[in-house]
Amino acid sequence: MDWQLIIASVIKIVGFVFLTTLPLVALSVWAERRVSAAIQDRVGPNRVGPLGLLQPVADGIKFLLKEDFTPSHVRKGYFWLAPALTMVPALMTCAVLPFGSKIFGEKMVIADLDVGPLFVFAIASLTVYGIVLAGWASNSKYPFLGGVRSTSQMISYEISLGLSVVPLIMIYGDLNLGRIVQNQAEHGWALLPLWGEGLSLKGFILAIPVFISFIIFTTSMFAETNRLPFDLPECETELVAGYHTEYSSMKFALFFLGEYAAMIIGSGLAVTLFFGGWSLPFGWLTPESVDAEVPWWHGLIHIGTFFAKVIAFILFFIVVRWTLPRFRYDQLMRLGWVFFFEIALFNVVLTAILLIIFK
Amino acid sequence: MAIVCERPKLKWWEHLYLPALAKGMRVTLGHFFKIVSGKKKVTMQYPEEKWDDHMPEHYRGAPALVTDEQDRERCVACQLCEFICPPRAITIHPEEIPSDDKWAKVEKRPQSFDIDMIRCIYCGLCEEVCPEQAIFLRKDYAITGTSRAEMVHDKSKLYEIGGKRVGLVNKWNELK
Repeated sequence: MDWQLIIASVIKIVGFVFLTTLPLVALSVWAERRVSAAIQDRVGPNRVGPLGLLQPVADGIKFLLKEDFTPSHVRKGYFWLAPALTMVPALMTCAVLPFGSKIFGEKMVIADLDVGPLFVFAIASLTVYGIVLAGWASNSKYPFLGGVRSTSQMISYEISLGLSVVPLIMIYGDLNLGRIVQNQAEHGWALLPLWGEGLSLKGFILAIPVFISFIIFTTSMFAETNRLPFDLPECETELVAGYHTEYSSMKFALFFLGEYAAMIIGSGLAVTLFFGGWSLPFGWLTPESVDAEVPWWHGLIHIGTFFAKVIAFILFFIVVRWTLPRFRYDQLMRLGWVFFFEIALFNVVLTAILLIIFK
Repeated sequence: MAIVCERPKLKWWEHLYLPALAKGMRVTLGHFFKIVSGKKKVTMQYPEEKWDDHMPEHYRGAPALVTDEQDRERCVACQLCEFICPPRAITIHPEEIPSDDKWAKVEKRPQSFDIDMIRCIYCGLCEEVCPEQAIFLRKDYAITGTSRAEMVHDKSKLYEIGGKRVGLVNKWNELK
């Protein structure tokens, strides 16, 4: 056994997933509440700790201490399995996200897979099982309707989500997220080709399909994470709370945190694919190649850059949530199947043609 | 003639939904930055800041009984407030003032005077109807308690809130 690999992986898993992503989940709950309050001319939670930053801790304690009530009419096994099934896939997708370049010769990615985006989609699509099981096992009307809605919504948007990434993969000719980021660091981010080889006619014209991809990807991400313009699975005006109506205490918290964890991973993926991951703009502090050594403080700056971008993207998620009204269900389906699916397909063809022209 | 309302035809770029998104973001972010930069004032931070200094003269808070300059309780237990009280929050048990008392000519005083603050609606009719200027609505508004019994203000509590009030008409005063 390669002990060095195991120890390094454990450190990375603990550091990235448990010491960074989970606190970030708590922090984004706090940010959600504060930002929404500011948008609505309120103050928001500002009592617990400085600026209310310890509010998530108080919420966590509350969730743990509340009675964990299991209604008698539920299917117990599946009912208990469902919350875990929403939280675990969301965290598992952390594995392939490159959150930094290198520190002390260790690549800052838990698993340097050559099928990064595919792995993310494969695992992220498991989240739907959690929601389906929750809706079905709850054995009551509202969760059932929420579960059914969520299933069809997630399956529909997974198609456009997957197709929207294809043009990028065609442009980079690579499925390894680490190499994609390195490429963007050298030749300009996918959406901002302003340096390196990107600063050319080819770069600017290829930015058009990338921009279309970005819009489809982001919108589908909203739908996949059940965030507001598409939060029909749990829309409280019609379905009480949707699939987690029957849940209480920590099980509810797991659904809640799973949603935010999915949001963070989605933001991480969007940043990695479209905004150059951990790289600084204009090729500053860019390593020579993927395997090149970098000073440790460069590595730290890269990690900081990645999380700064992710946080900015999360703030975008939050502001959109408090800006847009909820879609009607038929509009949602129409948008997914009639518009995004076709546009994404067309976008793949367009990228292919452009790539042939600018060979 | 009936007015015909035309349904507006959306332009192609309006169908895209993106300009509407940008407009919406401008509104929400405008509010966000106004609050964050402190240009706009938001709600009062209640336990730290209170309305106390800004309370208008006519504010109607908790009702209370008052005593006059000679520490005589002004209430003569006529029970008018009890009868006019819309939610029936007031309960009065009158008693006779013994003949050797200094204020024997007043004849009646409340033996007990209870206001159920759970029922009180702060309408001020008791103050309005009182012929003796004995009950006033004060500016206390945070009336709290941990049980129903605690929320009933008895006579001593009512006098404690009301205190002494001078400068009123002194009907029963020798100096009148």
